[in-house]
Amino acid sequence: MALTRAQVEGIAHLARLELDPAEVPQYEQSLSRIVDFIGELERASTTGVAPMAHPLAGLVQRLRADEITEQDDHARYQRNAPEVVSGLYLVPKVIE
Amino acid sequence: MTDHRTVTQLAAALRARKVSSVELVRACLARIEASQPALNAFITITADQALEQAEAADRDLAAGRGGPLAGVPIGHKDLFCTAGVRTTCGSRMLENFVAPYDATVVARLKAAGAVMLGKLNMDEFAMGSSNETSYFGPVRNPWKTDLVPGGSSGGSAAAVAARLLPAATATDTGGSIRQPAAFCGVTGIKPTYGRVSRYGMIAFASSLDQGGVIAQTAEDCARLLRSMAGFDPRDSTSVDIPVPDYLAGLDAPLAGVRIGLLKEFFDTGLDAGYERRVREALAVFERLGARLCELSLPNIPRSVPAYYVVAPAECSSNLARFDGVRFGHRCRNPRDLIDLYKRSRSEGFGVEVKRRIMTGTYVLSAGYYDDYYLKAQRVRRLVAGDFERAFAEVDLLMGPTTPTAAFALGAKSADPITMYLNDIYTISANLAGLPAMSVPCGFVDGLPAGLQIIGPHFAEQRLLHAAHCFQLETDWHAHVPERCA
Repeated sequence: MALTRAQVEGIAHLARLELDPAEVPQYEQSLSRIVDFIGELERASTTGVAPMAHPLAGLVQRLRADEITEQDDHARYQRNAPEVVSGLYLVPKVIE
Repeated sequence: MTDHRTVTQLAAALRARKVSSVELVRACLARIEASQPALNAFITITADQALEQAEAADRDLAAGRGGPLAGVPIGHKDLFCTAGVRTTCGSRMLENFVAPYDATVVARLKAAGAVMLGKLNMDEFAMGSSNETSYFGPVRNPWKTDLVPGGSSGGSAAAVAARLLPAATATDTGGSIRQPAAFCGVTGIKPTYGRVSRYGMIAFASSLDQGGVIAQTAEDCARLLRSMAGFDPRDSTSVDIPVPDYLAGLDAPLAGVRIGLLKEFFDTGLDAGYERRVREALAVFERLGARLCELSLPNIPRSVPAYYVVAPAECSSNLARFDGVRFGHRCRNPRDLIDLYKRSRSEGFGVEVKRRIMTGTYVLSAGYYDDYYLKAQRVRRLVAGDFERAFAEVDLLMGPTTPTAAFALGAKSADPITMYLNDIYTISANLAGLPAMSVPCGFVDGLPAGLQIIGPHFAEQRLLHAAHCFQLETDWHAHVPERCA
């Protein structure tokens, strides 16, 4: 199935990606190839087969006790932030 | 001069004080520096820290202390967080990211005394099979530098093959340990999902990712895995099952072991010369007393399309965290928040990563979720069920690791599907969460071929035992590229 330019741009928007108009045809072509390729799955008979989300069947995700285990390390973590003032992450104005 | 010694030999020489860690580290660093222009195996070299750690290891060894890997030089794939050291995941997005903590794997190997020499090159966010998607440039195959080393753990495999290091950590989501190990003629193991903690491993596809090791021999893999594996409360999918001593019983006889040959792995896509090497390897196992039989797992051919739904879906969710706000690349002069997200992500990610994020976004979007994502998860269960039935009849499954030996740089980068099909024999073990290895089994036109060994969940010891017995009978793992000898 061929994806249209509009579809590719729509997917890019959902994924919060901005594609250069010149690169769109490249993604249009390769994503169409991928959609065709994964479309093969349609031919697999899976009636009554439960979806498998995790490779180790029967294992449940653990819950930990509700206890404090970490200390406040925000200054250390914020060393990697692009812009921080007074311990706050700065972003462009969201509310006018 | 190249040092061909294994981790096992180096650990013994260090303990016997026949060599110091500082001497070893200096020699490795010199070889790494000299190799960089040709191979580009490293993204970051941590010479000063390595020498400090080596001095500390030498002091421990002199005092009769030190862990099982005291003073042994290793490298980490640049996907493992290393406290205070840049951790890029092969991406411009994390070009300047300094990890605030150590991954559990890194902490455990450090506690065992291993000395880190640097961070190894890889495909961007581990998405690739050729190491060509790295923002820091491709790694080259030490056997022939116009060929790819495989990926995504291309730096780890190339470094061990060129004897820059005796061992390196690696990760495997769809073949990223086994395929480069096969292409570079080294030994690699992807443990059972949940066996090695994923804490501090930058996530690609959380239900498939698993950390492991690349080394010269199965015995070395066992030695490192013994220190890396085990329960970690900080990884919610880490499994609380005791870790056996992987070194125990490696020499036990193989007689009576039942080996299944996967019919689907000897298909028309398999190179004829490669197939001969694999069949010769199987004959060695037969000579050692193993019993061979052929098995068919009919759902295996659907593994690749199922993987290319599940893995991109998980990737698109995991990589949503890169928003240009808390860490990672940020674009200049954003107009508003959406512009900040979009341009930061578009500038920070490379073409293949964007393609996978978009594939994942597509298969998870309204109207397609059932047809693609749920369908792929159902097929995943069929693949896992095939393996379950096989392991009721045999102890191990064997076949080729890859359809061909290493290919040329640029040969498969134009078409993603051609690249994806390179992992046709490795992906199914990830879908089922099974442990799997690649072991050098000879050469095709001068290039290494890999034998793949797959076992049931938590049978790492069985894999390592079979691989070790094979390596006692053969010397394919001891071949070194001429340019590195």
